[in-house]
Parts: sequence; C-alpha cells; structure tokens
Amino acid sequence: MEVGMHTDSKSRAETGAESGPRGPGCSLRHFACEQNLLSRPDGSASFMQGVAEKSREQLIRNTCEAVVLGALHPRTSITVVLQVISDAGSLLACCLNAACMALVDAGVPMRALFCGVTCALDADGTLVLDPTAKQEKEARAVLTFALDSVERKLLMSTTKGLYSDAELQQCLAAAQTASQHVFRFYRESLQRRYSKS
Amino acid sequence: FNTCFRTVEPLEYYRRFLKENCRPDGRELGEFRTTTVNIGSISTADGSALVKLGNTTVICGVKAEFAAPPTDAPDKGYVVPNVDLPPLCSSKFRSGPPGEEAQVASQFIADVIENSQIIQKEDLCISPGKLAWVLYCDLICLDYDGNILDACTFALLAALKNVQLPEVTINEETALAEVNLKKKNYLNIRTHPVATSFAVFDDTLLIVDPTGEEEHLATGTLTIVMDEEGKLCCLHKPGGSGLTGAKLQDCMSRAVTRHKEVKKLMDEVIKSMKPK
Repeated sequence: MEVGMHTDSKSRAETGAESGPRGPGCSLRHFACEQNLLSRPDGSASFMQGVAEKSREQLIRNTCEAVVLGALHPRTSITVVLQVISDAGSLLACCLNAACMALVDAGVPMRALFCGVTCALDADGTLVLDPTAKQEKEARAVLTFALDSVERKLLMSTTKGLYSDAELQQCLAAAQTASQHVFRFYRESLQRRYSKS
Repeated sequence: FNTCFRTVEPLEYYRRFLKENCRPDGRELGEFRTTTVNIGSISTADGSALVKLGNTTVICGVKAEFAAPPTDAPDKGYVVPNVDLPPLCSSKFRSGPPGEEAQVASQFIADVIENSQIIQKEDLCISPGKLAWVLYCDLICLDYDGNILDACTFALLAALKNVQLPEVTINEETALAEVNLKKKNYLNIRTHPVATSFAVFDDTLLIVDPTGEEEHLATGTLTIVMDEEGKLCCLHKPGGSGLTGAKLQDCMSRAVTRHKEVKKLMDEVIKSMKPK
C-alpha cells in the first residue's frame, strides 16, 4: 500500500535532500531531511518520515548514550530536543533518525551512526516495514528497532503486541536490510550538504 | 585486599570472575538467584503476592473498585499498574514524585498487561456502559538489588492469580449494584507472562538476572517477556551495547527455560494454598 506523503517541496531549503521513489525491494516510505535549520543550537535536523513520555525519552537517550563518545567530553551535557511536527506512524523510528542526524550536524563524536526502523505484523503474519498510523493501529504487533551502522547490531528495541520468536528474527532481518537504505540516505544527504557549501 | 580492589576497580574485579564464567556471588552466567514467592499475605487487599529474587523484594497488592467503563469501550474494565520505588529500597531513590526508573517500570508493566492479554478486559465488565471493575495493581519495591522488572512481573502475575472478586448483580428496581461477599470468583488468567532480564557486559558477554552492582557496571540491559506458548509479549532493550541476532536467540532459549521454572514454582505455591 503506497501512501504519497511529501507535500512540503516549496518550503524545502537547498541544503535539504530527498530520497528517491520507492525502488523495488525497499518498502520504506519517502523521506526527506534538512539540516542546520535553527541558528541557535549547535546542530539541528528535521527528519520527515512518510511522546514525550518518559519511557520513549529513556529509549532515545540510552541509544544516543551507547554511540556517543562521552569520554571525549567530560563534564559536558548534551541535550537532544525532539519536537514532533506531525505524526504519521513510525514516530519513534523517526525520532531516532532525527536525533542521529542532529548529533552528526552538531559534530558530536560518535562510534557509529544509528537509525530507527519500525515493523508491523498484521493479523495473518505479513510484515510491513515503516507502517502508517492506520497500519500500526490495525497491526497485531509493532516492533521498533534501532540498529547501528557498523555491524547492524541491535541497539534498542521496543515492541507492542504478541509475536513469536521466528517472527522476531524475520522482522530483525528485514529491519537490517532496510537500515542500509537509511544509512545510504544519511550519507547522500550529508554529501549534498557539504558539497554545496 | 579483595574488598579494596572491589571498591576501587569494580569492573576489573568483575572481569576476573567473568573470565572464569562465574560471578562474585558464585552463580554461573545463566543462573538465576533463589526465587521465593508468598501469595495472599495482605488480607486487606483483594489479591497480593511477595516475590524475592535473591535480595530484590517486590510486593504487589491488587485492589478492585468500581468505575464507569470507558466511553469508547463500554464492555471493558481497567487494569491500572503502578510501580513505586521508595527511598527505603535503595539509597539511589529520593522521596518525592516518581523518578524516571519508576515511571519506566510502570509503563513496562502496563505494556506487559496490554500485550500479553493476561486478563481479558471484557471479563472485568459488570454491566456494559454502566459498571466495571478497575484493578489497581500497586507494586512496591522493598529492597532493590537489581532485576526489578522480572520481580515485578512475577509479583503481578502471582497477585492476579490470587485475586478473588465478589459477585455483583445490578438490582433492576434501584439500579444499584449489590455485592455478594460470600460468593467470590478467581480471575480468569489467560496467559502467564514471565520476564527474563539480561545485562550486557563489555559489549559481548550476557549475564542473566543482574544484581544491583552488575546493572551499574553493565553496558546494556535486555528484558524478554514470554508466555507459555513461546510467544513474546515484550522485547525491552533500552539502548546500550548492540546485540547480534545470534545472541538474541540464546537469550530466547534461556527465557523459555526460565518460564518453565517460574511456572512450576507458582503452580506449587498455589496448590499448597488451595485447601481452605
């Protein structure tokens, strides 16, 4: 089920980047990214992909803590502020992607990049990557993973619903393949930004 | 000398034990601490259980009250969990509003209840649209020595198995609820979710059931909640070092064994309580 959702082409700045149309084998929605939007903070990024609850904050914070080389900056506090502009499903994954891009934009030394991928399992066991809000609601289980860029290891996982061990492995494998697209997009987006300036 | 070394270089101290595939308290890497459970100790609660995992002690009390069912689901009741980590259980908690760890634990227990469907919320409805039960599950930690999530999940499960709800009928004429305290029924517990927690050391080693000190030294944690059919209700990994798919598989098999251990323990305790 394809959902076209990119509508802000007019407001996109030159430094922004967009991913191409959904190629065969990739079922992630279209995504776009802009960096250095805000002048005040050290780094900023907006990640648009097709809670400020404590537990979500804890998940994002712990994922960032695992990759940021904190030992190089003692007595320093790194604050990551995430503002949800709109939620069309896969919110936590989008937050993770935005956090990673913002840390890169700020020049914080990291041991790896990370990305968030959401999988939904519907009633008959079909896997849907990057589900929309409607698909998430109707799914039997929704699994969100954060994967690192070096060895695609699992950094963070949070799940909702019931699923079997085999389904978990299947989702993890699909998420690892999908993460390649996200990392490639990071690379292109950064290349475009630095080549223009 | 040993105690000095432990205080000054706790990580090195631990690494020496881990190299020999054991831990300072004598356990193997895949071994749980002694688990004890005491059901029905609080007489003022509708259901209660006390679980001890080594030194970690959690008590769960369930109180049932009446409430109007939610407007978008008039045939459902509520299950409201709350995890409290008071200053008495550990020096790292201050008195005041619940800290982050308590909130995350409460959210975790709420997710386990929701995902595992341990109780069908429709069973809690007395009269659709008018009256339903709300079960307040209060989990209080009395002693914090790591692995709070496993202890809370077990305490919740045991307490819910102990809950007896009186029969309620709605009087047609007065439209009031009449409670028959003499006739009580146990809750219909549909699944038995059991949590197994692991700590990741140095990005590679996985140890089961971490103590407070081990949790502090660990580089990541992982909690798996599994029911009796091997279905997963929750895979909670809040950041920390990365894990490969193969390591995850090992954790799954350990979780399956743990589920059998816990189920056996709980069945024994319930059986020993039955004759009244």
